[in-house]
Amino acid sequence: MTEYTRSAFLVRGALATSAVYGSGMVAPFVTRALAGSGDAGILNFALTLEYLEAAFYKKAMGLKLSGQAAKLAKELANHEQLHVEALKKAVKGLGGKPVKSPRFSFPITDEASFLKLAQTLEDTGVSAYNGAAPAISSKDILAAAGSIVQVEARHAAAIRLLRGQSPAPEAFDRTLDKAAVLKAVMPLIKS
Amino acid sequence: MPEQETVARRRFLKMAGGGGVASAALVLAACGSDNKNATTSAAAAGADTTATMDGDIAIVNYALTLEYLEAEFYKQAAATGFFKGAQLDLIKTIGEHERQHVNALTMAVKQLGGTPAMKPATKFPLSDAKTIVKTAQAVENLGAAAYLGQAPRIKNKDILAAALSIHSVEARHAAVLNTLVGKDITPDGAFAKPASMAEVLPIAKQFIAG
Repeated sequence: MTEYTRSAFLVRGALATSAVYGSGMVAPFVTRALAGSGDAGILNFALTLEYLEAAFYKKAMGLKLSGQAAKLAKELANHEQLHVEALKKAVKGLGGKPVKSPRFSFPITDEASFLKLAQTLEDTGVSAYNGAAPAISSKDILAAAGSIVQVEARHAAAIRLLRGQSPAPEAFDRTLDKAAVLKAVMPLIKS
Repeated sequence: MPEQETVARRRFLKMAGGGGVASAALVLAACGSDNKNATTSAAAAGADTTATMDGDIAIVNYALTLEYLEAEFYKQAAATGFFKGAQLDLIKTIGEHERQHVNALTMAVKQLGGTPAMKPATKFPLSDAKTIVKTAQAVENLGAAAYLGQAPRIKNKDILAAALSIHSVEARHAAVLNTLVGKDITPDGAFAKPASMAEVLPIAKQFIAG
């Protein structure tokens, strides 16, 4: 049995770094990953991902799906749309301008391809929020991001269950920085 | 309680420091026989501590105590013999996650210069499979809400990152267990609700013996 997962190791490494620099300092890797973005920038990035998920489930609802998958597509489409609206409002609340939705292209043709891509998107969403959240300055925005990421994690688990995959594959969800998230979703963005 | 353990506990209380956060955490962490004594030490220690660091230590020790409860619960649940096949695998997997959370949080408290909370003595409802799954379902949803409640209060960014990477795993556990008991994967809808220490502690204390 692995006593130390990769994530736990990274966490500890980060903690050791913070012990050297002092607890009040943001770890250098966090600041580098999100340099200059600010809360509105982080939220706009999250908004783009939520646009993507909302459009994805909307498209999935048009596929021929079995009962459970159809129910999930509808429920998740609704959640992601609510996230879109909440994030737009939050960006405006910070005095920022919400980004517009890109145009997307999803290579899904049936239930299997839908669920497979859904799993990737939800897992990526969780890692994206977890990666960005520590750089959020406002406690209220952080609380909002937390309440969204918890729901994304629940989505990820439900989709994984439907696919016969482990709903929680690791003890610590991985984090992804902005560049890694962009790389993962770029193939789905048309313009 | 052995003398050495009492000393260690007092040291934890001193490190945990003052304020509402610390006293809430120690209510849970110090649920042993010297409860009264422990509360007194903490109140006395509160005056001369640094708020930022001690706030985080208290939060991580609170999370650690919850993880201890979860890890022990799944360990005992797996040993009941009520579960086979996929359900037993799930219980073991979740139990292993909670054990790793215990290890990571113990390390985190030490890195912050604190003393990790001790493993509490436990009592769980383990009469039958249905009761166990129902309890697990309640505990995981509460655990996810507890992490969500603390996240905005964590000062150290690395501790926050660690807490978030655990928070979403607890959410995954909660969703699976909700499915097992026929509940919605997202009982709060599109936005999960947080729970404060004041909301979580009375429920967690039901599982602490003593």
